[in-house]
Amino acid sequence: MEKRVVFRSPWLPYALVAPQLAITIVFFFWPAAQAVWFSFQLQDAFGLKTQFVGLDNFATLFRDSHYLASFKTTAVFSILVAFGGIVISLLFATMADRVLRGALAYKTLLIWPYAVAPAVAGVLWAFLFAPSIGIVTYVLKGMGVNWNWIIQGDQAMLLVVMASVWKQISYNFLFFLAGLQSIPKSLIEAAAIDGAGPGRRFWTIVFPLLSPTTFFLLVVNIVYAFFETFGVIDATTQGGPAGATQILVYKVYHDGVKAADLGGSSAQSVILMFIVIALTVAQFRFIERKVNY
Amino acid sequence: MRIKILAAAIAAAGAFAAPAQAQVEIQWWHSMGGALGEKLNVLADKFNASQKDYKIVTSFKGAYPVSMTAAIAAFRAGNAPHLLQVFEVGTATMMAAKGAIVPVATVMANAKEPFDPKAYLPTVTGYYTDQKGNMLSFPFNSSTVMFYVNKDAFKKAGLDPDKAPKTWKEVLAAAEKLKAAGQECVYTTSWPSWMHIENFSAWHNVPIGTKENGFGGLDTAFTVNSPLHVRHLTMLGDMAKKGLFTYAGRTNQGDAKFSSGECAMFSGSTGAQAGIRQAGKFAWSINFIPYHDDVAGAPQNSIIGGASVWVMGGKKPEEYKGVAKFMAFLSTSEIQMEWHTGTGYVPITQAAYQMTKKSGFYDKDPGAELAVKQLTNKAPTANSKGLRFGNFVQGRTVIEEEMESVFAGKKDAKTALDDAVKRGNEILRQFEAANK
Repeated sequence: MEKRVVFRSPWLPYALVAPQLAITIVFFFWPAAQAVWFSFQLQDAFGLKTQFVGLDNFATLFRDSHYLASFKTTAVFSILVAFGGIVISLLFATMADRVLRGALAYKTLLIWPYAVAPAVAGVLWAFLFAPSIGIVTYVLKGMGVNWNWIIQGDQAMLLVVMASVWKQISYNFLFFLAGLQSIPKSLIEAAAIDGAGPGRRFWTIVFPLLSPTTFFLLVVNIVYAFFETFGVIDATTQGGPAGATQILVYKVYHDGVKAADLGGSSAQSVILMFIVIALTVAQFRFIERKVNY
Repeated sequence: MRIKILAAAIAAAGAFAAPAQAQVEIQWWHSMGGALGEKLNVLADKFNASQKDYKIVTSFKGAYPVSMTAAIAAFRAGNAPHLLQVFEVGTATMMAAKGAIVPVATVMANAKEPFDPKAYLPTVTGYYTDQKGNMLSFPFNSSTVMFYVNKDAFKKAGLDPDKAPKTWKEVLAAAEKLKAAGQECVYTTSWPSWMHIENFSAWHNVPIGTKENGFGGLDTAFTVNSPLHVRHLTMLGDMAKKGLFTYAGRTNQGDAKFSSGECAMFSGSTGAQAGIRQAGKFAWSINFIPYHDDVAGAPQNSIIGGASVWVMGGKKPEEYKGVAKFMAFLSTSEIQMEWHTGTGYVPITQAAYQMTKKSGFYDKDPGAELAVKQLTNKAPTANSKGLRFGNFVQGRTVIEEEMESVFAGKKDAKTALDDAVKRGNEILRQFEAANK
């Protein structure tokens, strides 16, 4: 039987959701609408002259081979960040779930990086891996690895992926740990009695039962990789070398904030918005079917 | 009724009293962090102490692009500062914003402050002057690019430490010897586009773009794919392949590579000297930047980097009077010499240069004079007075991306520079359309 709470007053439910709606409208819908409006305009930096140019900004973008290349860069980056972050934190969560002594210390240490701002995380990793003064570079040089992300695009990509994943592991870890702890122990014990090994228990019981969490984290991590990683990139590679780490959101930031090209930057953010909307819809339509609730 | 009269009386009294009592405050947003910021505040304090009518209030707003963005946002919201320090690549953007800015020449003329554009060093002010000779913004901190040599490394490689390479041919010869002697990083550079495209072009008297490097109009186009540019970038690419050139990054990352002793030769800003003096544990020299000796007319003169102060529009007349007074104060030889000797930035007036020379400062610090000499090596031509390209923040990023693809061995120099011109011109057309 369905339980329904019915409000007596007709306006109370609206009043209760009004603050949340107001915040969403002011901080999400309004700026998004403004971005759409700006994307059809050509404006000088100070906003003194504004012309309506229709789809010109978009046409300019798609003529730029580097912009098209940054779609590929973004795809590679997002997949690496989302999958890397999910796999590593799942591993950590299953490990931490089994620890009996000192579990709190492990958990605290694993959650810690979440409190670090993206830009700070970027600087931290950039220092460790700095081409001439970094500690890790020094060790790598000793092992004969030519580490120089200033000029080698693949290494630059590796660096920003590591920094972004590291930043996100804590968040994923928390959700996985909570998910693991909500799996009834009796199920696992029953399987163990039936003779299933740890690997089999994980893949046939734990992993399917974790699938709602994994799905949620997939969506969140993709959004994170698309939008929130520009701080890491700005603090380390700034999109270089030669555009190797130029992901879409970083170019939005560079063109809009640093280069004061509002029309071009808005057009890019509109494209980015559509990509993420499409991705999220696709995830809900196709991947969610495989989720067991 | 009585209250109204009283209120009117108070208002009237206030109106009369205000000019006599209140100082006119002038807001100055700048990007000088650390020690430079302290030196800037000393200038403001000195001006404030020198008279009673005006007060300069300085505030540090972060790095150049950050403070410019902040000022643009403030202007859109209707509360821009009076004075704004803008880096040289932002010049065209500021200049095109008629209505947002007031040319310095106009401010000085309206306030009837004595102002003689000829008193200033042409290469320094030329960058910030329009075609009719009106100074648009006030050159505040100007540097240029120099060539540094680690003398100890030269000695170790069997080279004469007192003879720094003058031409790129000599640089290559020295580089081979340094490499053979086991020098790990032979040559590096900071600010790759500023050094190897912008200054390179001026030094060899070739254009960076049509229409006098953009001074002549918004319908300018880049010309950095000329045979000479291709040849130079090919040379750098080859050096990188042979391990004779180590790329350090797009900003001043090369400075640390030289001052730590890692690299033996280095192209960097005059501003790098302070850091080398502090960290360098070796003998070094500062020199003119190298040139290709088979290019007719080279070396010409180098161009500046750094920033200038723009006067923002829409303020009260008495505030502009204060601005004019402050600029006149900044131009005095004493203040210029103090700023020049204290920070390493070049002086902006002939008189200040002569005064510093007479004081004997250059005997102790020859590098400081070398920068002035290099900037004034010859009278600037249309190719060497600076550049004025719209949205050059993006334009420079494009050039640097393409240079990086050469250093990484992904493109040859010709393809990279052709691409830089093609992509750069898109940006210029966009800017032209936005500022018609």
